[in-house]
Parts: sequence; C-alpha cells; structure tokens
Amino acid sequence: MEPKIGVYICHCGTNIAGKVNVEEVAEFAGKLPYVVVSKAYKFMCSDPGQNLIVEDIKKLKLNRVVVAACSPTMHEPTFRRTCQEGRLNQYLFQMANIREHCSWVTEDKVEASEKAKAIIAGAVYKATYLEPLEVKKVKINPHTLIVGGGITGIQAALEIADSGHKVYLVEKEPSIGGHMAQFDKTFPTLDCSACILTPKMVQVAQHQNIKLFSYSEVLEVSGFVGNFKAKILKKARYIDPDKCNGCGECALKCPIKVLSEFDEKLGMRRAIYKPFAQGVPNLFTIDKEHCTKLLKDKCGLCEKICPRGAIDYEQKDEIIEVSVGAIILATGFQIFDARQMPQYGYGRLGNVITSLEFERLCSANGPTGGKIVLKDGTEPKSVGILHCIGSRDDRFHPYCSRVCCMYALKYSHLIKEKTGAEVYQFYVDMRCFGKGYEEFYNRLLEEGVHFVRGKAAEVTDFAVYKGEEGKLIVRCEDTAIGAIRRIPLDMVILANALEAKDDAKELARIFSINTGADGFFIEKHPKLAPVSTTTDGVFIAGCCQGCKDIPDAVAQGAAAASEALSLIDRGEVEIEPYTSIINADLCSGCKTCIELCPYTAIEFDEEKKVSAVNDALCKGCGTCVAACPSGAATAQHFTDKQIFSEIEGVLA
Amino acid sequence: MKYTYYPGCSLEVSSKSYSDSALAVSELLGIELVELEDWNCCGATVYLSYEELISFSLCARNLALAEKYDRDLAVPCSSCYTSLKKTATYIQENAELRDKINQALQAAGLEYKGKVNIKHLLEVYVNDIGLDVIKSKVKRELKGLKVAPYYGCQIVRPLHGFDDPESPTSLDRLTEALGATPIYFPNKTSCCGSSLIATNEELAFRMQKDLLLCVSGNDAEVIITVCPLCHMALDAYQKKVGKMYGFNFKIPVLHFTQLMGLALEIPSKKLGIKTGLVPLNKALMAYI
Repeated sequence: MEPKIGVYICHCGTNIAGKVNVEEVAEFAGKLPYVVVSKAYKFMCSDPGQNLIVEDIKKLKLNRVVVAACSPTMHEPTFRRTCQEGRLNQYLFQMANIREHCSWVTEDKVEASEKAKAIIAGAVYKATYLEPLEVKKVKINPHTLIVGGGITGIQAALEIADSGHKVYLVEKEPSIGGHMAQFDKTFPTLDCSACILTPKMVQVAQHQNIKLFSYSEVLEVSGFVGNFKAKILKKARYIDPDKCNGCGECALKCPIKVLSEFDEKLGMRRAIYKPFAQGVPNLFTIDKEHCTKLLKDKCGLCEKICPRGAIDYEQKDEIIEVSVGAIILATGFQIFDARQMPQYGYGRLGNVITSLEFERLCSANGPTGGKIVLKDGTEPKSVGILHCIGSRDDRFHPYCSRVCCMYALKYSHLIKEKTGAEVYQFYVDMRCFGKGYEEFYNRLLEEGVHFVRGKAAEVTDFAVYKGEEGKLIVRCEDTAIGAIRRIPLDMVILANALEAKDDAKELARIFSINTGADGFFIEKHPKLAPVSTTTDGVFIAGCCQGCKDIPDAVAQGAAAASEALSLIDRGEVEIEPYTSIINADLCSGCKTCIELCPYTAIEFDEEKKVSAVNDALCKGCGTCVAACPSGAATAQHFTDKQIFSEIEGVLA
Repeated sequence: MKYTYYPGCSLEVSSKSYSDSALAVSELLGIELVELEDWNCCGATVYLSYEELISFSLCARNLALAEKYDRDLAVPCSSCYTSLKKTATYIQENAELRDKINQALQAAGLEYKGKVNIKHLLEVYVNDIGLDVIKSKVKRELKGLKVAPYYGCQIVRPLHGFDDPESPTSLDRLTEALGATPIYFPNKTSCCGSSLIATNEELAFRMQKDLLLCVSGNDAEVIITVCPLCHMALDAYQKKVGKMYGFNFKIPVLHFTQLMGLALEIPSKKLGIKTGLVPLNKALMAYI
C-alpha cells in the first residue's frame, strides 16, 4: 500500500513558533514525498490538536503520521494514543523533535526554520518505511524493592505494605532510620526526631508485608518494568537473628572500643554493637574490621556471655535473589567534607564541628547525653554557625542545600535554651521558604540571635586583639553594615552542604538510571514526573534525588509508593516491541552476536544451526545488528532501511 | 619549554637574588626564559588605583611587545602579574577600553590583540613543569625543614584561576615536593602591607607584625615568598617591626626560587642566599 503521510507541526505556544516559521515549514513539509496533508497548530497535544489528527486519519485515509513538536520522551506516548484512536497502528507514528533539538537551542530564526525542515524531512522519510508492530503484554510482579531505610524509604515501605503488597526493604547499615535517627529535634516545630521516627521503624520491623534486609546491599538488577530480579548481598552479622534478642550483654563485655559512626565519631561503640539503642532490627552486629576473634582468633568473650547462644563466628555473607515489579531508590545523601576548605579549620581546630556532630552533641541519646560542650568539657559561652559550607559555591556545589538555614535556626534555639550562649549566624541569604519556616525565623530574631550577613572568610585561632586569646575568631565581611569583622567565639558549627553519596554513580549504573551534574539521581520530569526515572518501574525519592527537608522527603516517599502501586495494580505492562529479530534464512550460525549480546538474549538453535533472539530479554540495543556479518539481524522500528532513509531525508 | 620573561623593576635591583635564583632554577628545569626586549614598568597596583587608563596603557605596551612571540609570558612578581593580568582581562571584556588603549599604543606603532597568556613563575613550575618532574630533579631533600609558604594577597586574587583564591595550595605542594614540611598558618593569603609603607607606616607594620607572629607561632624556620615586595616587607622591616612591638623576630625570608635552588643543589652563591637582611638560621645553614 502506498504511504499516505500526514505532517503536523506544533507551535508549542511561542516555544517553537517564536523561533521557527511554522507556516513556511508546514508548506515545505506538504511538498515532501507521500505527504498528503501538512498543518501547523498552536498546541498539537491539546484535545483539538489531537482531534485534528484523528479526523485526518479517517477522512484522508492516512497510514503514517508525523508530529513535529517536542521531545519524544515528552509526548510520543500521547500521539501514539492519538493514532490508535484513529485506528492506526501506533508504530506508524514518527515524532520530529523541533523544540529541544531546534527552537530552544537555535538563536537565528532563519537557521531554526531550516533546521526544523531538515528534522521533519528526516522523520517523513523514515515514516515512509515504518512497519506496524504489535505491543507485547507482560504480567507484573506485585512485589516492590525499596533501597534505603531512611525516613523516605520507611514511608514508602509502610504505604505499600499497608495496601497489602509485599515490600523488600534493603538497608546498608545494621539499623534503619537513616540520618533522621541522628537528629535531636526537627524544625520548625521542635518536636523530637526520635519520637516521631522510632514508632515508624518499629512498624517496619513488625509489618507482615515487609521483609527487611538490614546490613545488606543490592549488587545487581536485571529484567525490566514489572519483572525485575535483584541480587541482594546480606552481609554476615556473625549473629543468629533468630536467637539474638538484643539484650546487649555482649556489648557490655566486648573489650574492643571503636569510634561510633552513628555518633559521628564523637563517642565510642564496641566491636559487637547496635548503632543506637532504638535501632531496628533489634539485633547486634559484629564489626569484622575490629573484632579480634574474627581478625586473630583471640577473645571470643561474646560467645561465652551470650545467654542465648546467638553468636556465630562462622556465619558467611549470603546472596539472595528477589523478584519484584517495581523498585524505589531512597538512598539519601552524605554531608560535604569540610576538610576541603581548610580556611574553616575543620579537623585542625577542635571546636569547629559539623552539623551532624552538633546533632549528636545535642541529642539526649548522644555521647554527651545532650549536653552542648566544648572539647574540654565546658559549656560554650558563644557559638557561631557558618552557612553555605560547600553549597552555593562554584568550587564545590553551586546549588543551595535547602535545609541549612532552617537547622541553623533550630540550633540557635537549642543552644540558647541549653546553654544561654550568644549565637552568631553568618549567613548569605536566609532561605525560610516552607510552611511555618518564616515564622520560626521571626521567632529566633526575637530570641536575640545575632544575624551577620556575610559568608565567613576564615576561622582562625590567631589572636590579634584583646579578648581573642584562646578563642576561635571568625573573620567575615558584614555586608549589612559594610565592615570587616572579627568575632571571637568558643564553638563554630559548619553548615555543611548536602551532597550525593559517593556511590551514587555506581547505584545509578546498577539500576540503569542517571545522575545529573550535581551528582543526584535525575527524575523523569522536574515538575510532572518528580519521582519517576527514564527507566520504567524504577522510582526515586528523598535526598538521593536532590536536597530536601523531612516533610518533602516523606511526601516523595509516599509519592513513589503511589507510583509503584499504580504500576502494580495495572496487573500487566506493555513492552515496546523494539527487539531485534534474526532472519534464520540469512543466519550463518557464526555466533558472533551471542558473544556480544550484553543481555544474554540470544540463544543458539543447535538443530537449525542458527541464532535466535529471546524477546523477553532483548532490549533492542542493536549490538547484534551492527555486528552480524551476514546482515541477518534487524532491529525492529530501527531497521537499516528506516535509518538510511531518515539520513537521506535530513540531507535532502 | 620556552617563555617570554618579564622580570619587572624590583628584580633588576632590590630583588636581584630573586631574578638570579629564578633564572638558575628555570635553566635546571629545562625552561628557557627569554627576556622581553624593551619592557617597561608595569605601573604596579599603585598606579592602577590612581589612574586606570594610563596604567592599563603601560601594561598593554608590554603585552603588545610580548604578543610578537608565540609564547606564554612568565612573570615572577605578583604585583606585575596582577597588573598585567588585570589589564589583559579588562581589555578582553571591554571593547571601548581596548580601542582607546590601542589608539595610545598606535603612537608607538603597536597594537594589542588580546592573545598573550600571562603566567606567574609559580604557575609555570607547578602546573606546566609539574611537581613530579621537580621532585625527580631534587638532589638534596630538605627533610624536616619547616617552611611557611606565604602567598601574599595578589597571586591568587580573584579570577587569576590557577589556584583557589581562598585557600591556595600550590606553594604548599611545591614545598612538599622539595622534601620540606609546609606549616599551616593563618594569614597565608593576607596582605604584607608593603604598598602601605610609604603612606601608612603604622598600619603596614601592624600587618607585618601579625604575619610574623602567625609564622613564628607555628614554628616556621623559614618564610618563602612569591613576590619581591612581600620579601622586602618581611625581610627588610622584620627587625624594626619586632622592636616596635617588643618581639625578637629572627625568621629568614627566602624567595621560593631560592629554596628550590637549595633542593636542586644549585650553589648558594648563584642563588644569592646570603643577600637577605635577616641572618640565616641553623636549620637553613644545614643546606648551604
């Protein structure tokens, strides 16, 4: 049947029409081979825009449709549905991206119009050779894998589990709780962090629909939306979880002391430990890096003491495979290492501390029992909080970390409440954007906190003037009064930037998603698909997507849960038929493709002596197509004929 | 590697030892420094703050001369470096200024197109030659010598771009490459006060006192500088400043090239080591 192509050019308001002469381009497209109709319209994706296409398909008997508009990741699904409405196979549709690839990135109007013509001609030439394809439907596995047991992961896990679906929750550390478990109070309401978090942690432990893998990591993920398989490494705890009841006798007797990671190395833990008393699961863990029994076969005290015989030095790492339909990543953040800015003295000057260290100092279950003290054990009489350490700084992170202004206010209140010390905030801009945040700022202004507008230049212990001896002197330009100031203080707290975890890139690779320039995972759309990713079925939530506070992280956790549930409840998922096929008549059986296939999707038929593609596994990457010496492999929807024709069109 | 060399006025007379040591070290590292013919004073930062256009024109003349050669311009003095670099940047960004300056240059039959790449000598050694190469040429490691690497205020000041303006590390790293120990001290990028000596002596001396206290308080055995003016301020006035504030400062001050020369085993006479006013101490004498 001879191709009958309809071309539709979208103005996209002024997004495209502002640069591209759409009428001229439509006229040009109308003259391309096999094009029977060519129209420009304000918003093709709107209802009337789509109706235009449906009516033309029926009236003019179109058998190919080309829409020149935005990126296919934006509206290809929309126009495919439009084609289906007009009873045209959706794979006879071709999108030409004249927005992201043309109008948004081309200054000159004439050039933009010429470029649009080339892109559209390419699409029309390709459309000529498009073939109808059938969508495959696959059943969805109703289970969900959640990676990261901080507040975001916990929220997502509980939402899904409460709806009656099974969740596998994987946490790297021996306990869930994440950073929120380290906090003392939360802004702006000043409610106790542990009091609102630990009940949720317990719910996770007790929920019959949640299978918790603590002290575990995801090693590998394969499969596709609705049908993922994940390999989970369950690290050896050297404790039998069925026997340990968390009584803690072992830790009382363990002779090896180690700096506690949970307490930001301000306190000690033992080599057999639970990160904190309320940790979930209620299990102890032996740290194999420090335990002398495991290192040198000396000691063994814990085994002798444990009343339930739960110690098992022979325990090995385990690898467990789970099958899930959806994955939620909630892997969180880490804080910026302030040693990279030696001018602030972190690591050199004892009383310069990080935000998380202050949280532990202030926390009732922290190493000082909640007392805010200097390294010598005395209370500070004056404290400075330095904003934007590593954030809003071109040398490190250009972005704003979004939480520092608010926790700095919280710290000010807590310091004043607990010690009565004078508090100085060295800020660049106060950013108090959330609900109740500006009000909290006003409250602190009234509490007598000193707000110095200027980023601190240096923290030094070099006294120049009287009264500076033995103090930490913060040098800064106070831009509100236009003066250089030296303010002597007892303690300095650095508001370190939040940043993507060191292993974010590795995680992104494992889950086939992407990280942005800032290192965080990228969402599918910054506004309209904030927790989806470009990999169907993989969602992101919380601080692994970008800096956010607890309310936003929880909201995203719930949002990701609802996306996952919406996917699961669909029951089955459509798979793009972009697989490759091997023509058995042409295949010489050389097996080149089998070795090259990254998804082990090609098998060899010993009887016929030819290769065959398993389309459940094939991702349509095209490696076999490029490699096949006899031209037997074809990538559907991206055939050689289609691509060469497209190139011809662009160059025509 | 071949560079056009702009010594600047100080290196002609008061800081001759800087020039001598820089040339000796460069030669040993395989760097050929070809002195720019007929160069003139850069006007230093003092002129810049008094009359910008004339000052820019002075610098631009040097740049126009240097542009004749397809080589980077190596500058040992931080003040010259800043003046030249600032001029080059302003000319680049401001077409009107460029036209005015080129009009002035025309009187001498010159024109500056904006192509000269200006580098401080420290930048040449650390970034172009590289610390690995320098390390491989060290013959006498300065083991245990506690060095205060003093950057001064001009070398990294804003937009020069070869090191972090707030906490530079190039001189520290170079010190380490020589086998010596760089000590941390506050004020390592603070002004030495040298340009204030003529106009506000008291303030200048106070700044020098603070600097010397920081250095001596952190047990430095020698200060190294990257600018002849810093060197002059800390060396020539050290005794006077000490007397004034009641301290007995006795910290030798070396041009960083002199310290490099010691590690590279260049004869100390060639480096002009003993031309400083503060007498050398035991720690340094061990290497001479």
